[in-house]
Amino acid sequence: MNSIEVVDESYKENSYQINNPTTLELVNKTLAKRYRKERRFKLYGVLSICFALLCLVLLFTDIIGKGHSAFFQTYIKLDVQLDTAVLEIIDINDAKQIKQGNYQKALRESLTLLFPDVKGRQDKRKLNALISTGASYQLADKLKEDPSLIGQTVSLDILADDDVDTWLKSRANENESGFTGRLSAKQLTWLTTLIEADRLEQKFNTVFFTNGDSREPELAGIRSAITGSLFTLFVTLLLSFTVGISSAIYLEEYAPKNWITDFIEVNINNLAAVPSIIFGLLGLAIFIGLFGMTRSIPLLGGIVLSLMTLPTIIISSRAAIKSVPNSIREAAYGMGASKMQVILHHVLPLALPGMLTGTIIGMAQALGETAPLLMIGMVAFVVDVPGSLTDPSTALPVQIFLWADSPERAFVERTSAAIMVLLAFLITMNTLAVWLRKRLERRW
Amino acid sequence: MTTSILLAVIIALAVIAYFSGRSRSVTKANEFGGTQQLNSLPFYHGMLAVFWCVIPCLLFVVSWVIFDEYIIENLVISQLPEAQKNLSAGEITLLVNVVNNIVAGYSETLGQAPYLIESAHYLKSQRANSQMALTVIALSLAVCGMCIAWVKITPELRARNHVETIFKSLLLVCSCIAILTTVGIVVSVIFESVQFFKQVPISEFIFGLHWSPQVAIRADQVGGSGAFGAVPLFVGTLLISAIAMIIAVPTGLMSAIYLSEYASKRARGIIKPLLEVLAGIPTVVYGFFAALTIAPFIRDAGGWVGDTYMFELMGLSLQVSSESALAAGLVMGVMIIPFISSLSDDVINAVPQSLRDGALGLGSTQSETIKKVVLPAALPGIVGGVLLAASRAIGETMIVVMAAGLAANLTANPLSSVTTVTVQIVTLLVGDQEFDSAKTLSAFALGLMLFIVTLALNIYALSVVKKYREQYE
Repeated sequence: MNSIEVVDESYKENSYQINNPTTLELVNKTLAKRYRKERRFKLYGVLSICFALLCLVLLFTDIIGKGHSAFFQTYIKLDVQLDTAVLEIIDINDAKQIKQGNYQKALRESLTLLFPDVKGRQDKRKLNALISTGASYQLADKLKEDPSLIGQTVSLDILADDDVDTWLKSRANENESGFTGRLSAKQLTWLTTLIEADRLEQKFNTVFFTNGDSREPELAGIRSAITGSLFTLFVTLLLSFTVGISSAIYLEEYAPKNWITDFIEVNINNLAAVPSIIFGLLGLAIFIGLFGMTRSIPLLGGIVLSLMTLPTIIISSRAAIKSVPNSIREAAYGMGASKMQVILHHVLPLALPGMLTGTIIGMAQALGETAPLLMIGMVAFVVDVPGSLTDPSTALPVQIFLWADSPERAFVERTSAAIMVLLAFLITMNTLAVWLRKRLERRW
Repeated sequence: MTTSILLAVIIALAVIAYFSGRSRSVTKANEFGGTQQLNSLPFYHGMLAVFWCVIPCLLFVVSWVIFDEYIIENLVISQLPEAQKNLSAGEITLLVNVVNNIVAGYSETLGQAPYLIESAHYLKSQRANSQMALTVIALSLAVCGMCIAWVKITPELRARNHVETIFKSLLLVCSCIAILTTVGIVVSVIFESVQFFKQVPISEFIFGLHWSPQVAIRADQVGGSGAFGAVPLFVGTLLISAIAMIIAVPTGLMSAIYLSEYASKRARGIIKPLLEVLAGIPTVVYGFFAALTIAPFIRDAGGWVGDTYMFELMGLSLQVSSESALAAGLVMGVMIIPFISSLSDDVINAVPQSLRDGALGLGSTQSETIKKVVLPAALPGIVGGVLLAASRAIGETMIVVMAAGLAANLTANPLSSVTTVTVQIVTLLVGDQEFDSAKTLSAFALGLMLFIVTLALNIYALSVVKKYREQYE
């Protein structure tokens, strides 16, 4: 009887438990599901980061994959007869005559020597199209340096046309046809003959670093764009660093808490988020339209970019000044220093690493910026390397933009190579900033 | 003397002024019994002399350089023959350009009207005169300043107070450049936009459904109707920005959550800089990537999907433009991921640890803590960050210029080609342009719209973020 009652009670208890489970049981029941949710949530996080990093890897492999080949350029080895009769040079000591010599003819004759059975105007023209139109200028430069070569037959590496270059690079091995582009079947057989004669070779592409822009891909280089970028950046640095630091000092150390200060602050914060193209409109309307400045010059580009980077520099400089502890200021005041002395002798040296970091990041931003420069006309086709702040010039990112529009396949690899150069600059600058921050910044 | 040499000379004079002011104060003090008699240190006397020497001189040079071309141009116009003076403003500008080209050596002097050659000579002589006057006046101002400082320096001079006041006002002037920039932006876009709205009614611009900015130059020209309805541009901008935000917001937010809540310190130290690299890549590179890699890929993928049996069965055809909004939006989204991630990271880190500890102590899992406690607490800040990102997407230029199209289609189909406000601004303003045509001015009206929208987004977002920060400080 008793035992039955116990069983009965336990049954009751059980039923109680089934109907009203304890907290622990409730928790245990859903725990597996909750852990699954937890794992899933964490997985989403990992996946998003992986996605972002995958995009980064994809971007870099794409650019490097397209651009690495641009650092090499195809040359054709030719035995050029530098005969005075062919070159039409009478007096070899006359620099002007050497400059105007008929190098085109000399190059053509050397090609004819290699392919004596090529006859007919059209075929000859096709044969001559294998070498770059700029090859004769190269030859002229070479003779200017060393006039004694005249009269000799010299073996020279002559710049090949971009079609030849693209074709040679696009085939992975000798049996593949590759990207023929504008090359005709005849030209391909000649090229194969040249390869068999071991006359085609790839050398480091120095032209890419020493030339300005050109319509011919094999003659196009980034030197004028890089020079333009450096001039622009110089103006930007000069203006935005001095003005940025001055305003940061004023806002942190002097500014009274009133509506003017608030207004300046709101302005700076908003300018930091204004689209860069608007700064281009400002440059176009105010500096070109109103002040009558010349368009396309690095001076103007630098002014516009410095207005754009100013907020970045001011904000980071203010943070750097803020991080200098007040005790330093008070100690300096206690020693009888004036306000200017406190700032110039104590606060500024301590805040300088932070300010420099911000400035480098701002400069990196300015170096990569394109849109405002398009507005103020720095999209010109610039062949000559600019020599001063007031010469028409273009900038590296704008050069990338211009080349990206060009239809020739050889420009794609040059665009990618220019991007690689730009990214190398930017990564160096950013690493420098990080290093400065780690090395020089003091924690209080 | 060219302006750059002039500046170099002024700097040299400033150095001389510093040392002369300094030594002057010392010699003066020695007359009264040593440097301890000075009210301020010799350094301040030197600096005061520099300010006296440089500031008036530089102010003069800057204003002269800004206004001299304008004045000279008016002088040239005023000496043109009577017949030419009565021409319209546009034709006079043309004449002045011809004269300028003759002086610069771009045009041949042969075959030009004699009065133009005369003007060119006049212009040349006026420019030489102006440069001469600038040099003489600027240098004499600098020397005068030095002399005044020389005379005024006495041991009692409160040089330090003067220098500190000038220093402070110079700093104030520098910080006002931010205001001047804003004013410059507002004035430039509004001024040109008002000109535009005189030619095209504002209602047509904002509500018009057709955009085709080619204006007929002659009355009998075919085509070039000149329609300025900006709605297709707004829709295109919103479409591309929306695609970008759909990509960037979840990815950026989840990465920020993982980095700030789950990742070990070491993983954080590696992943964060990598994301910063993504943020530091110039937009023109993203544009190249979008135009040459992603857009062809999407077009081919679309073609492949469209060819599959299922689509044929359903009788559908899938047409993907090679300048699809999807490609531009996708790449823009990738660009914005690190932006959202770093902003959200800051905001999530600002949530006090005690809130997390409380939730964990009550037995919630980490994801529940994040979803139910951390995110709601951080929501205002995250919303602010997302709005800032949206304003950046709307104002982004290079990706869309290179990867999106020029055709102003009014569509919400992400696979077709659309154009955006920024693309149109660039196309309208790059290349030859005349300042008073509706085509050029419309770019400024678009700029005004862009500025207003981004400004509103920024102000709202910044105030939200600020309020949120104050809440936990």
